[in-house]
Amino acid sequence: MARMATTRRVAISTATAWLFGFLIFFPILWMGLASFKTELEAFAVPPSFLFFHWTTENYATVQERSDYLHHAINSIIIAGGSTLIALLIAIPAAWSMAFSPTKRTKDILLWMLSTKMMPPVGVLVPIYLIYKSFGLLDSRIGLVFILCLGNLPIVIWMLFTYFKEIPRDILEAARMDGATIGRELVYVLTPMAIPGLASTLLLNLILAWNEAFWTLNLSTSSAAPLTTFIASYSSPEGLFWAKLSAASTLAIAPILVLGWFSQKQLVRGLTFGAVK
Amino acid sequence: MGQITLQGVQKSFGPVHIIKGADLDIADGSFVVFVGPSGCGKTTLLRLIAGLEDVSGGKILIDGKNVVDTPPAKRGLSMVFQSYALYPHMSVRGNIGFGLKMVGLPRGEINRKVEAAAATLNLTPYLDRKPRELSGGQRQRVAIGRAIVREPKAFLFDEPLSNLDAALRVQMRIEVTRLQKQLGTTAIYVTHDQVEAMTMADKIVVLNGGKIEQYGSPLELYERPANLFVAGFIGSPKMNFVTGEPAFQKGAATIGVRPEHLKIERDGADGWQGTIAVAEHLGSDTFLYVDAGRLGMLTARYIGELSLHAGDRVSLVPDPARIHRFDESGNALRG
Repeated sequence: MARMATTRRVAISTATAWLFGFLIFFPILWMGLASFKTELEAFAVPPSFLFFHWTTENYATVQERSDYLHHAINSIIIAGGSTLIALLIAIPAAWSMAFSPTKRTKDILLWMLSTKMMPPVGVLVPIYLIYKSFGLLDSRIGLVFILCLGNLPIVIWMLFTYFKEIPRDILEAARMDGATIGRELVYVLTPMAIPGLASTLLLNLILAWNEAFWTLNLSTSSAAPLTTFIASYSSPEGLFWAKLSAASTLAIAPILVLGWFSQKQLVRGLTFGAVK
Repeated sequence: MGQITLQGVQKSFGPVHIIKGADLDIADGSFVVFVGPSGCGKTTLLRLIAGLEDVSGGKILIDGKNVVDTPPAKRGLSMVFQSYALYPHMSVRGNIGFGLKMVGLPRGEINRKVEAAAATLNLTPYLDRKPRELSGGQRQRVAIGRAIVREPKAFLFDEPLSNLDAALRVQMRIEVTRLQKQLGTTAIYVTHDQVEAMTMADKIVVLNGGKIEQYGSPLELYERPANLFVAGFIGSPKMNFVTGEPAFQKGAATIGVRPEHLKIERDGADGWQGTIAVAEHLGSDTFLYVDAGRLGMLTARYIGELSLHAGDRVSLVPDPARIHRFDESGNALRG
């Protein structure tokens, strides 16, 4: 009797989980479907779900009208570059905060996080003016710089919580075993920190890839990443749902694939420290 | 060789004095246990000797050489941590051999030494496993293997058995003692468990509030405790302390009698009268917790079974030769 109740409960919760998963995924699915419709069918009422005339002409138009590859390369450079620089700064920072904290470490961490609570639009005008006078508008370096700074607090926090989980005893054992700081880093610390570094890198890559506020405001064409590419289908000539969907699908495809293959790492990174 | 001498060693963290001047002579090959309540500074003292903390004052001599400015690895000591502190990404072989690899020994020699250490500790079948695939006792043995393979001048143990269950703890206690005797290497062992201290040590250092209260063999500490703290800390159940009239009669401020040195009489007129509050029958021993009125609660131990129960009146007669006397400041009075 008890077993039957549990089986039923498992079945119900599984079904509920699938339902919610589907609800969350639905916009993306809908976008994917819309990208294969004609413009007319894309906003037809009632909408057709699967039985419509499948076409790939939107993808052709999108590729014809704007250079997908150009924007994709910009996205890779901006997301990748900002992530790598953020990690280079964050690793030593998180390291020292985790292993030799001072009285102010907690305050510094909180202060860093507090900068994320301010809406970015609040500093848009000053940043825009600074970028203008330094000639950084519509430049990849400028975008790498701003995204790196924007995500740095989160990267440092993630690495800090991860490093904190590495027991001090193990580092001390390595020191007793005669490891110099360099060898301690290579043989003991890095292998233990790799999962944490990997999940931080992945999450930051996704955040930077999807970042739309700064990329839309600070770039127009030559440095424009995929977010700007999508946005270009939403304004001047009215909304083209099917083409917009095709552009969006193309834009999220690389990160979706990356996310799919690294989902285990991502979940671990996001929940690390929350459950032991 | 592994003779360790502490001269006026001090340690403070900011305004807090953790170690208030420790002097100690540890002979080569001896097994010395640091024991004391939590926060007494025993682990700090061990970490100072290891070099994981810097001293604030004083000298630490290893084989006559002051090592206070020597990094941990150069002191020739090895340490077993409470948490085992194994390298999770390395196999048992890698863990035990790591120290040798750091010294730069050739691979063949490392393997030979690691295998010898593993054989001593019955770890041979597990050499290629990762720490997470081992039980608590096996992990502990790997940590010990890592310590012995380097043939150090001394072993430092920081509460190594406290994460094990009771049965395994007793077994490992015997193994560690036997291994130390077999290797003849100096060992310093930190514990808060006075039974571990009494059973394993050649000499015990009792620490309290950052001060060494007494340094001596287990039986010296049991028979001639230097002060009230040591008297109360060593021995289980705890020594009974009596103040007031019975103490004045002996010319002391406080007198102490161990539970096993109280003779239990059912209806005697002499001795200390009281009512049994709790009687514990263990078969091999009987422990009586006796409410003795103005004298407070007294504990008495009888070897064997004694059929007395809560509520019974008894009188407890201290063995006159086994009464410890202490002055107002808690120091033992001799003679």
